[in-house]
Amino acid sequence: MIGIDALIRMIAGLQEAELRRWIDERWVRPERAATGFVFREVDVARVRLIVELRQELAIDEEALPVVLQLLDQVYALRRRLKAMSDAIDAQPDAVRQAVQARLVRDAGGDED
Amino acid sequence: MAARNPYEVLGVKKDASEDEIRSAYRKLAKRYHPDLNPGNKEAEARFKEISGANDILGDKDKRARFDRGEIDASGAERPEAAYSRYRGFAEGAPGEKYEYRSAEGMAPEDLDDLFAMFGRGARGQRAGGTIRLRGADQQYSLTVDFLASVNGAKQRLSLAPDKSLDVTIPAGVRDGQVLRLQGQGGAGLNGGPNGDALIEIHVAPHAFFRRDGDDIHVDLPVTLGEAVLGGKVTVPTPAGPVSMTIPANSNTGRVLRLKGKGVAGRGDEYVTLKLVLPDGGDSELADFLKQWAAKHPYDPRRGMT
Repeated sequence: MIGIDALIRMIAGLQEAELRRWIDERWVRPERAATGFVFREVDVARVRLIVELRQELAIDEEALPVVLQLLDQVYALRRRLKAMSDAIDAQPDAVRQAVQARLVRDAGGDED
Repeated sequence: MAARNPYEVLGVKKDASEDEIRSAYRKLAKRYHPDLNPGNKEAEARFKEISGANDILGDKDKRARFDRGEIDASGAERPEAAYSRYRGFAEGAPGEKYEYRSAEGMAPEDLDDLFAMFGRGARGQRAGGTIRLRGADQQYSLTVDFLASVNGAKQRLSLAPDKSLDVTIPAGVRDGQVLRLQGQGGAGLNGGPNGDALIEIHVAPHAFFRRDGDDIHVDLPVTLGEAVLGGKVTVPTPAGPVSMTIPANSNTGRVLRLKGKGVAGRGDEYVTLKLVLPDGGDSELADFLKQWAAKHPYDPRRGMT
């Protein structure tokens, strides 16, 4: 958990004005404390990602929300897939094998 | 592992300009960035290699030193990222704060469709810690002959070498229609109900009947005598032959309707007459027509000039 000044010192090439704009756009969502914004680890990693997308991959701020929205969807799906696969893992062997056999069969293409 | 030549990694020539290198790097980085490719180990490895190559070629001094052989391709390989990548958080509970929400501020419940998909239909029920699951639906295709599709029939479908099913084909079934046989699909789990068998029907074409909606069409060959003088003929219908009267002076192409002789009693059968001359010609007929045609000229093509 760090404040905005520490975060800006930590990430090379990050300008305060652009970070504040990203917060206004809700691309980054720190918590608000009496002392100002507080960033968790996930927020720090997200800021780094946005900096990389902007600087290294040259994705401009017009395209950025599209990229972030798709990423957020992908990660939401992956969290659910993970939850589902954990639920399957917790099943008795017979169930797990049946699920696996079915997945293998479906991945094997059309049967006819 | 020896690092690959950075020029090869970025796919640029030895004399590439800084712009060319930057653009090659961006192109590859967009494709292989690990946060854009969660769970893809190969992308991660490629991205590391690409970053390493860019660290050398993207820096004038390092590039010059590499070109002079002072450092090797691995010389500037990035140390394992000193910070944690976003995906490490995003895939776990901390990522939930960036859960995707649509512009209308709708809750992310639509993504929970994923859970609903799981055990669809059976709506997996929890009972004593085990999930009761409905069996999967299984799809088959069955080719039926034309008359069976019109009149209905029973037909045996083999589902597996040791399993077959008698399928009742309803009268009037259409090509492409899917029959659902409840409980004949995959077995349920833990007492869940069986899935259904979904059978897609393919109707084989018939030698002379054609179907259009609920109507049947057939071309009926008639003799010259039947066309000129009229008379009773036997006409095939899907339900069996019926007798039909051809009016005198019926041209080829004339369409006669047999009411109620279509599909499953709903449609009609349309009979198109086709005049057929005797095989091999007939000299008596030819002689007669020579005299007759001279006396009775007519021009069936007058409308075409």
